[in-house]
Amino acid sequence: MELELLSVGMSHYLILAGLLFTMGVFGIFLNRKNVIVILMSIELMLLAVNINFVTFSAYLGDLTGQVFALFILTVAAAEAAIGLAILVTFFRNKGSIAVEDLAEMKG
Amino acid sequence: MIGFNLIPLLPEIFLALTGMGLLIVGLNITKEGRGKEAAEIVSWTSCASYALAFVVLLGISWQPQIVLNGMFKLDQFAGFVKLLILLGMMTSLALSVRFIKDEGFARIEYPILITFAGIGMMIMVSASNLLTLYMGLELQSLSLYVLASFNRNSLRSSEAGIKYFLLGALSSGLLLFGISLIYGFTGSIDYGAIQATLMVLQDIPFGVTFGLVFMLAGLAFKVSAVPFHMWTPDVYQGAPTSVTAFFALVPKLAAMALLTRLLFEPFSALSEQWGQIIYFISVASMMVGAFAAIGQENIKRLMAYSSIGNMGYALIGLAVGTQMGVSALLIYLLIYMVMTAGTFAIIMSMRRDGRAYENISDLSGMSQTNPVLAYCLAILMFSMSGIPPLAGFFGKLFIFEAAVAGEFYVLAVLGVLSSVVAAYYYLRIVKVMFFDEAGDAFEGGLPFARRLILCLSIVFVLGFILKPGVFIASTQGAVAALFAG
Repeated sequence: MELELLSVGMSHYLILAGLLFTMGVFGIFLNRKNVIVILMSIELMLLAVNINFVTFSAYLGDLTGQVFALFILTVAAAEAAIGLAILVTFFRNKGSIAVEDLAEMKG
Repeated sequence: MIGFNLIPLLPEIFLALTGMGLLIVGLNITKEGRGKEAAEIVSWTSCASYALAFVVLLGISWQPQIVLNGMFKLDQFAGFVKLLILLGMMTSLALSVRFIKDEGFARIEYPILITFAGIGMMIMVSASNLLTLYMGLELQSLSLYVLASFNRNSLRSSEAGIKYFLLGALSSGLLLFGISLIYGFTGSIDYGAIQATLMVLQDIPFGVTFGLVFMLAGLAFKVSAVPFHMWTPDVYQGAPTSVTAFFALVPKLAAMALLTRLLFEPFSALSEQWGQIIYFISVASMMVGAFAAIGQENIKRLMAYSSIGNMGYALIGLAVGTQMGVSALLIYLLIYMVMTAGTFAIIMSMRRDGRAYENISDLSGMSQTNPVLAYCLAILMFSMSGIPPLAGFFGKLFIFEAAVAGEFYVLAVLGVLSSVVAAYYYLRIVKVMFFDEAGDAFEGGLPFARRLILCLSIVFVLGFILKPGVFIASTQGAVAALFAG
């Protein structure tokens, strides 16, 4: 490395993952429009976790983290499929997927 | 061959194979145009397979053994909790068969999903590695999301499904973020290795504490402890009643057992840190469970707040952190499960003109129209509010006894106070049934399974005082295994 400033270390990856994760969490709570956006936020959180796992795995020199990341990818796919399926049944009943329409039950 | 002993997994393997087999068989029967019948056949066969798995589990050795390269552990604690899980699955499925038929969504997927959720829970309880924990938890959660929205023609049911899914996925995300930090800072996802690493560390790294907090937040969602309880009332109310019964009976027990193992095995060195967190969520759950339930009109919603409160009491056992506390926790959950089973058997029988009723006001004057049900529900409500000599009293007694023995006096006093507040809404149900003007009678009678479960539940609640030693001894045995390892 010629310039020390440009080298990317573990902390950069972790900060990136932390930022993505925070964006995901805020996306769930601040989003008032559409349930699909919430699904995207959840995906973002899981990907942030994957970055964490792969980073640690690379720096620890241990494969477990990468295996874990593969499992998370698989489960995330299943989760998205189920989430969208439930969303379709909701749309059939309500005719809308706006977050504010999820208000049949309160209290 | 080392690490390839599959005997401790026999019940799970058996259930997985029967689950998949019944899916194929059920689909074939449905294709022949006998859909309604198919659901019934598959349900009862599944029930029988749970009973068989129960026998298989009793038949294998519960000596602590770790198999599959440290992924899976069967010991007395796991064995005992799995027996309860199988019992809960049997009970809730037996209660459901008639209900799903009456409500018109009798499809074969219902028992199959319960089977898969059950396998997930059994894996969670036996996890000895964070990866197994995650996979078991997701197998359970994904099945439960679908179950919550199982009545797909009902707006409420699908809304309950969405809410449960979104918050459940968020909690999985938090849990995973915690797991990734634990992995990064301890270098392993194996319970034993994490425990060993944390034992020798002088200063606990910031990342480990952070990871533990995230994991606890994720798991608090699953046991519906305050401040992560928001989904519970909506899901309990919106999901079909038979599914609500299943939610109330089993998943919380499994999640609580998972939490117990996690805190006392890998994170035993951090007991000071997690002790404070559990203390806080326990007090908050008891209070919210007691106060928020007061104004509720819908009985399923009331049961949701009641379950939040009850998880608060159960968490006292964890906060105390002693062997006595954890065995009180197990016995509390057992008693709570039996009382809930009876209560839901009655809630499912609140039907008139082919429609289910679920408001507390619908119960008015039930002592005149359906006296047997009214007296049974009264006994269960007295037991839930902790009136001696019923079983519910002993559950609370053991918990508070453990808290006092561990010198957690404030916790014990807060627990007693909130149970006084909670008694108000349990007794209000009794008041409505016995002193309000009678409405129309509920009809349709009690199907055999529901009657049997109600009888067993009442007998347990009334008879617990005669033979408490049996249950206490078995929970103590189970917990001793946890503390020995």
